[in-house]
Amino acid sequence: MAENWKPACDLNALRSRAQMLATIRHFFQQRSVLEVETPLLCSATGTDPQLDFFSSIYHAAPNNKEMFLQTSPEFAMKRLLSAGSGSIFQICKAFRNSELGRFHNPEFSILEWYRIDFSLDQLMDEVAELIVELLGNQFYQVDKQSYSKVFKRHTGLNPLVFCQKTYADYALNNDIKDAVSLCGNDHAMWLDFIFSYKVQPALEDKALCMVYGYPAIQSSLARININNPLVSDRFEVFIKGIEIGNGFFELSDAVEQEHRFDQENKSRQRKGIRRVDKDKKFLDALHSGLPDCSGVALGLDRLLMGITQAYSLDDVIAFPFDRA
Amino acid sequence: MARYSTNEFKAGLKILLDQDPCAIIENEFIKPGKGQAFSRVKIRNLKNGRVIERTFKSGESVEGADVMDIDVQYLYNDGEFWHFMEPESFDQYQADSNAVADVVKWLKEQDICTMTLWNDSPLSVAPPNFVELAVAETDPGLKGDTSGGGGKPATMESGAVVRVPLFVQIGEMIRIDTRTGEYVSRVKE
Repeated sequence: MAENWKPACDLNALRSRAQMLATIRHFFQQRSVLEVETPLLCSATGTDPQLDFFSSIYHAAPNNKEMFLQTSPEFAMKRLLSAGSGSIFQICKAFRNSELGRFHNPEFSILEWYRIDFSLDQLMDEVAELIVELLGNQFYQVDKQSYSKVFKRHTGLNPLVFCQKTYADYALNNDIKDAVSLCGNDHAMWLDFIFSYKVQPALEDKALCMVYGYPAIQSSLARININNPLVSDRFEVFIKGIEIGNGFFELSDAVEQEHRFDQENKSRQRKGIRRVDKDKKFLDALHSGLPDCSGVALGLDRLLMGITQAYSLDDVIAFPFDRA
Repeated sequence: MARYSTNEFKAGLKILLDQDPCAIIENEFIKPGKGQAFSRVKIRNLKNGRVIERTFKSGESVEGADVMDIDVQYLYNDGEFWHFMEPESFDQYQADSNAVADVVKWLKEQDICTMTLWNDSPLSVAPPNFVELAVAETDPGLKGDTSGGGGKPATMESGAVVRVPLFVQIGEMIRIDTRTGEYVSRVKE
């Protein structure tokens, strides 16, 4: 009999997960942040060309309807915020197609929360408080660094100003020559490549590190910084060099949001992947007014890896993809 | 030949890279939360055994290599080629010195080896884990020495040189682990 009916992880990991979830719920209860639920199965999905989604058909022949498993609860939660929910959090599953590896499972758990009137810096502090509580009572040095500084320190390159030749020379001299042909003149891809290969590993000795001020070309759903148009109000959280989550000072300008959707759909077309209908309900919510807020999403499975010092997601998920 | 997406890359998959057949040793999926996904792959070139690292854009596909392993019986060497036979189909294969390489020192007629074929021609040959070979040459040792400590070099009928205990004599059959090249035991005939 095959062995893969059994959980991949040790049963202790299940207990650690239950403990983690209880701690998180307690943390937000104390802060009067409301727990909410939004649909996993949605009528629209994000346009981000880097996110591959699962879709399924609701049977109502001849008017069958395509539905999408959410890649994150962001749009629905922002609809609640626009409707006046106040600060909210959610623990749910998210789905990303074709992402599978030591740090990726196509179905994974997310903790996402939004804080009304929080600056990005205030939210970073709250993220740190939660993670320190989850990691235990030891004293943790929380390291906050700007993307530009950390990138420059470990590579010598300026991430905000793209010079293909300088980047290519760096790649050739630093054992990542494949970057030259893969990234070409795509600044954002260069940054992803170099950050993944050369900067992230350098963060491994830091228990908790937050990198803020991502380049504007990687702003995603964050606002552009009001003082520096080359930088966005976005941060990422790393535990021992492993990316745990992403936070934004949330873009609330409906026109700018729609423009980014259109840009991403154009980029989808260039890459030869299917276009995605813009989420009208989400855009309508922004038009009606999203209050100023900062929000962040943490990957709970990776966070649990950090808590239990696991090597792979398979050590913390009962039935990962190949046993699902 | 079929093509494989990086999403199917896993240890053991055989692909064609720069026209050479290669085996994937390890595939690491890398993806920043909001960015481009890559596959960082460790690959062994099956022609020269060298291990290299390559990065692919996730979702890229590469051509598979028609590489397979079969069990074959070693027949003989004609001075230029080593001849093997698949014992069920009786198909014969001739391997050149590149394919046989340093495995030649373990080859004994009628032994079953594993041959790796690429497009039906021999790419490499792996000896059985254990072979039994006759000692062709060694210094006379001390009779009655059974300690096995120290030992002495012995040349096998196939040309391999193995460290053996002092009591092993010319003409005796011994069992050798080809993975380590070490003496295991004497073989009683």
